[in-house]
Amino acid sequence: MNRITNAFKNKKAFIAFITGGDPDIETTGKLIIEIAQSGADIIEIGVPFSDPVAEGAVIQEADERALLGGCTVDKLFDMVKKVRGKVEIPLLFMSYINPVFVYGKARFMQKCAECGIDGIIIPDLPFEERDELSAECAKYNITLISMIAPTSGERIEVIAKEAEGFIYCVSSLGVTGVRGEINTDISEMIKRVKSVSDVPCAVGFGISAPEQVREIAAVSDGVIIGSAIVKIIGEHGRECVEPVKRFVSQITRRTD
Amino acid sequence: MSIKKGRFGEFGGQYVAETLMSNLYALEKAYLHYRDDADFQKELLGLLQKYAGRPSLLYFAEKMTADLAGARIYLKREDLNHTGSHKINNVLGQVLLAKKMGKTRVIAETGAGQHGVATATAAALMGLKCEIFMGKEDTERQALNVFRMELLGAKVHPVTSGTMTLKDAVNETMREWVSQIDDTHYVIGSAMGPHPFPTMVRDFQKIIGSEIKAQIRQAEGRLPDAVVACIGGGSNAIGAFFEFIDDTKVRLIGCEAGGKGVDTSENAATMTNGTPGIFHGMKSLFCQDEYGQIAPVFSISAGLDYPGIGPEHAHLAEIKRAEYVAVTDKEAVSAFEYLSHTEGIIPAIESAHAIAYVRELAPTMSRNQVIVVNLSGRGDKDVASIARFKGVEINE
Repeated sequence: MNRITNAFKNKKAFIAFITGGDPDIETTGKLIIEIAQSGADIIEIGVPFSDPVAEGAVIQEADERALLGGCTVDKLFDMVKKVRGKVEIPLLFMSYINPVFVYGKARFMQKCAECGIDGIIIPDLPFEERDELSAECAKYNITLISMIAPTSGERIEVIAKEAEGFIYCVSSLGVTGVRGEINTDISEMIKRVKSVSDVPCAVGFGISAPEQVREIAAVSDGVIIGSAIVKIIGEHGRECVEPVKRFVSQITRRTD
Repeated sequence: MSIKKGRFGEFGGQYVAETLMSNLYALEKAYLHYRDDADFQKELLGLLQKYAGRPSLLYFAEKMTADLAGARIYLKREDLNHTGSHKINNVLGQVLLAKKMGKTRVIAETGAGQHGVATATAAALMGLKCEIFMGKEDTERQALNVFRMELLGAKVHPVTSGTMTLKDAVNETMREWVSQIDDTHYVIGSAMGPHPFPTMVRDFQKIIGSEIKAQIRQAEGRLPDAVVACIGGGSNAIGAFFEFIDDTKVRLIGCEAGGKGVDTSENAATMTNGTPGIFHGMKSLFCQDEYGQIAPVFSISAGLDYPGIGPEHAHLAEIKRAEYVAVTDKEAVSAFEYLSHTEGIIPAIESAHAIAYVRELAPTMSRNQVIVVNLSGRGDKDVASIARFKGVEINE
């Protein structure tokens, strides 16, 4: 059983997202260690991109800060390699397809494997284009996470049949960012997945408050929180580790 | 689900968020249906002829021909279309399609403002709500077009993210589309983006080349030796080229924005400096760094100021069916003035890039050869910025 599957075993998983290199590479390393110690089950590390079209303002700004600070994917590989020995939980990259493609798909996956990255989420790589990366991911044993959205409809079963690790269920239309409420029938989406696959379903986009976490966790296998954490990092800069830990601990109490 | 659709060689594809995929399928299905629907085509042709003023003229530029003392030069006068550029061809097609699909709202990005104005125009005509996303820097250098769009009933959103130009306007329009998809169609302004857009936009623009073919046969009794067009995303160029792709003796030449020079950091010369990448829904060529970060680009022309290129052009370049050259701001401005005083036609600064290359090309050809240059738009919108470029202070 790989680390990702294990993260969902007998519990609701809490997946924390942070943008790599925001506010700087060293702080990202510390955050990974502390978020893991605070009880997160999986950490998603965003590879900053010049044009993050799936992101709302909070993560867009984090990407800008990271790139201005000189973050590159090579620096992220080095940092992950250093912290991997101190962190047991699965670490994923969230990257747009272009940084992976331009780096060299096989080279990218090889580096992921070398530094201990377990999987990758590519928001602009839908089911139809999966074979852009699937061979390279398989070769280096990197799990390529599938996504479903409120508009997916009959696509859900098709996507779920080939999904591995877990399915990232996009809770709402639009881009990432904190939302007051989520109107999508999440349980219906997940029911469709479960009709064809036992792959775990984690829900992301717009989740921030502990009450939301409890509601979503009740109907899914896990919750993904990004913008709410990145916002704290944006507000506190290098002093963000303590407040992020406090936030993560609040959430993990709700998912345990 | 079929895999790997909308490919031009290795380029193209559908690299977008899952949220958009069902919508792209619906769009493709509707497009394929109406493409073969006689009533739709009749309605669209009616709009193109009776509203936009097609066919546009093919004008023999006699003075320019005499002055350059080489090939005979014809101008395809897309500048004479309603709203002043080739953009109306695509927009009438897409907005009519959106209406047939039951959409009530259209959104679009714009660089120079030509596509925004065209979209706002078609939306006003067909009774759809319209919102336009335009880089803040572009809203400043094309302030009149902003007012024009508002006059036409559109809401204009200045985009303040990233470099505040065309690329960022596309990003923001994509974000808006993914947020409100049911009632909204994204009228992409060039032959780019995820499938089916590159094919659909090309099909709506290929009327340019079809008309050129018929008109030049009538005027010269033969096909041209070269068809020249400016290229940003590449819709006017693919529109002019497409009908000639199988006529392999016809040279197809795209003129991209060389900015301050292709060796400087300030240009938008994707064909010269770009490398393969995947962005804005398509695999194509992009100006980017070694880590795949999209580069800031620069051009005097807001319409060519884009770091990518439509996938069909990337393919035509790869198979060497079309040639692509870079033209600097300075050469474009000089051509802008040249066409104005030689022929009494003020070209869009985008189209002036094509004119600039023709000034080099024509003298190298013989007097019985023929060049058709696609004059994609008129230059009224650029007068103030050309004045600024030349250091002249004028009030708009």
